[in-house]
Amino acid sequence: MESVFFYIFAAASITGALLVVTHQNPVASVLSLVLTLFSTAVLFVLLLAHFVAAIQILVYAGAIMVLFMFTVMFLNIREESLWFDAQNIRVKLGVLAAILFALGYVASVGLKKGFALKNAATSLPDNFGTVEGVGEVLFRDYLLPFELTSVLIVVAILGVVAIAKKGD
Amino acid sequence: MGVTIEHYLILSAILFVIGAYGVVIRKNLIIVLMSLELMLNSANLAFVAFSKALGDMTGQVFMLMTLTVAAAEVAVGLALVVAIYTHRETLDIDVLKMLKG
Repeated sequence: MESVFFYIFAAASITGALLVVTHQNPVASVLSLVLTLFSTAVLFVLLLAHFVAAIQILVYAGAIMVLFMFTVMFLNIREESLWFDAQNIRVKLGVLAAILFALGYVASVGLKKGFALKNAATSLPDNFGTVEGVGEVLFRDYLLPFELTSVLIVVAILGVVAIAKKGD
Repeated sequence: MGVTIEHYLILSAILFVIGAYGVVIRKNLIIVLMSLELMLNSANLAFVAFSKALGDMTGQVFMLMTLTVAAAEVAVGLALVVAIYTHRETLDIDVLKMLKG
C-alpha cells in the first residue's frame, strides 16, 4: 500500500517538475510547481513527518506560490516565443553535466567507503514527526538558529521594502 | 518489498537535476526562480528521508530552516523581478547584463 502511494506521488512530482521546466506559459508553470510541492507533502506524510507536511502545504504551496502567481499576473508576462536560452546553451549544459558527474563520482566513492547508514533506526519514538517532537528538537537543540531565522526574515522584509521604494 | 530510503533519495536526485536543468535552460527570470525552488524542495525531501531512516528529527528541523530561507529568497527575488521589469521591460536573462563587468 505504501509503495503504491509512493509511486503515484513520485510520478506526480516528477511530472510537475518537468512541466515547470518545459511549459511555455508561466501560469501553467506555477500551477505545475504547486502539483510538485503538494506531491512532496504527501511523500512527507509517507515518511511520517506530519508536521513538516502541513507546513509544506501552508507555507510553500500556499504562501510562496501565491506570491509567484501574483507576480506572474501582475507583470502580465506573455508566452515566451523561444523558451530555449539561445546563447551559450551548450557551454552551460556542459558545465552542469561536469558538475553533476563530479558530484556523482564523489558520492559513489563515498558510498564505496562504507557510507551505509550504520545507526539506522530500528524503531521510531512515539512522537516522531509530530508538532511535539519537532518542537522539542527545535527549541532544545536548535534554539539559536531558530531565533536567527527571525533576523533573516526581518532583513528580507527590509530589503524588499527598500527595493520596492527604489523602483518608484 | 517496501519503499526504502534509496527510493526517496533517487527521487530527490531526479527532482534536483530537473531543477538544475531548468535554471540552465530557461531564460525567463521567474521560471529560473521557480526551478531554484524545485531544487530546494528536492533537498528538503532528502532531509526528511534521512530523518526517517535515522530516527532523528533533526532533519525535519533543517527542513524548516530551508523553508524559511526559501521564503526569504523568494520575497527578495520577486521584489527584484518587479523592480527589474519596471525598469527594463524584460525578464530575459540574456538581456539583463547590468552586472557584467
